[in-house]
Amino acid sequence: MTTPHPIASIVGVLIVALSLSAFLIWVERRLLALWQDRYGPNRVGPFGLLQVLADMIKIFTKEDWIPPFADKPAFVIAPAIIMVTVLMSFAVLPIAPGIMVSDLNIGLLFFLGMSSLGVYSIVLAGWASGNKYSLLGGLRAAAQMISYEVFMGLSLMGVVLLAGTFNLTSIVEAQRGLWYVIPQFLGFVLFLIAGVAEARRLPFDLPEAEAELVAGFHSEYSGMKFGMFFVGEYLGITLISSMIAVLFLGGWTGPWLPPIVWFLIKVFAFLCLFILLRASLPRLRFDQLMSLGWKVMFPLALANLLVTGAIVLAKK
Amino acid sequence: MLSLIRTIWNVFLHSFHRRVTIQYPDEKPYLTPRTRGRIILSRDPDGGERCVACHLCSAVCPVDCIALQATEDESGRRYPEFFRINFSRCIFCGLCEDACPTYAIQLTPDFEMSEYNRQNLVYEKEDLLISGPGKYPGYNFWRVSGVQIGGKDKGEAENEAPPTDVYRLTP
Repeated sequence: MTTPHPIASIVGVLIVALSLSAFLIWVERRLLALWQDRYGPNRVGPFGLLQVLADMIKIFTKEDWIPPFADKPAFVIAPAIIMVTVLMSFAVLPIAPGIMVSDLNIGLLFFLGMSSLGVYSIVLAGWASGNKYSLLGGLRAAAQMISYEVFMGLSLMGVVLLAGTFNLTSIVEAQRGLWYVIPQFLGFVLFLIAGVAEARRLPFDLPEAEAELVAGFHSEYSGMKFGMFFVGEYLGITLISSMIAVLFLGGWTGPWLPPIVWFLIKVFAFLCLFILLRASLPRLRFDQLMSLGWKVMFPLALANLLVTGAIVLAKK
Repeated sequence: MLSLIRTIWNVFLHSFHRRVTIQYPDEKPYLTPRTRGRIILSRDPDGGERCVACHLCSAVCPVDCIALQATEDESGRRYPEFFRINFSRCIFCGLCEDACPTYAIQLTPDFEMSEYNRQNLVYEKEDLLISGPGKYPGYNFWRVSGVQIGGKDKGEAENEAPPTDVYRLTP
């Protein structure tokens, strides 16, 4: 099997990831509309597909305003961090055999590390804005990330124990017989919930809770900087969905269809689930979020790890 | 937890519901005949103007968008010399229709009156008059009122008894 040139894969993954996340904006609006018995954007182009393009033109031509009370360097760099960290995680994502940027043997750890770094973007943005609501959003993001990062990592350790490796390609290969969603169902549910929190999506979008905090950490952002937060959020959803597909649903494996199609089908199913969650669930209160994380999810993840470890040991 | 899953499922079931949006410029919504839209002046079944220029509509209009001038023709019928509605002021409250004693002024279900030029929203009598009786077919004010006009003396209107002769004693 021929592997494409590294540069070609990097460019390919970048283009696909960025255009997919832009396309997601349209998908989300249409699906939300479907579940609310509306139509959503359907005027610009066929099925409103060009709405994304119109929005992009709008956002590029908007005034890029930096408030005078903001901490300018941090304010400018914050939106870049989220894009960089999320796109870096795509580097270790095994899309199909041969189609990946870097087959890192600690790919899973790299993903966890990069998604933790992403929170710096939010905290910096909230702090540099010099706005109390943004700061509150940033603080919430920090607390939320730390709480949910812990059991996000722990919930994946069951998969690592079963596969015996941190390499994502090997994890996919290890699922040839049985997808890990069955033996690791609890881990799957925990990772899904942690992933929603990690992507800061409803019902865990406390950092930007528009009902309480205007728009949270990105209240002061406009133009393309806001666009980068926006695209970063959608990239984050795509990343979490891809990781769920890779870690629990056997990545590209599946009968009849080519591997890449299977991968995209699985990712798209989880993207739709993310949007469905947004359409149906109300936002949690902040103390509920914290107690859910530390009192329910964290012990469950520990128990899952303990039981999986015991079973793996007993089988040896 | 179970209720959360049920909520998600119920929302998902909305994929198969009918969408409530009416895609307006492509498909027009049904508007009831009593919808308060563009104002018209109707005519009686004989083709004459119903408006008797009593000024009640312009008096009741909360935004003062109706202006008219009363005059009389040779048969003694009152009618408006000009009748002007400024639709850029009109709030479509329908009070003029309520006030009208002759069913002349009526609101119709048409609301598509956008203009680029504000002046074009000032409608004159020629723009307001329609050829028919509108919502009240068969009603002719001059034929039921006791007012004396040319060709119809007192007591000759529909359901009207001849006037009592006050100089005679017999009942």
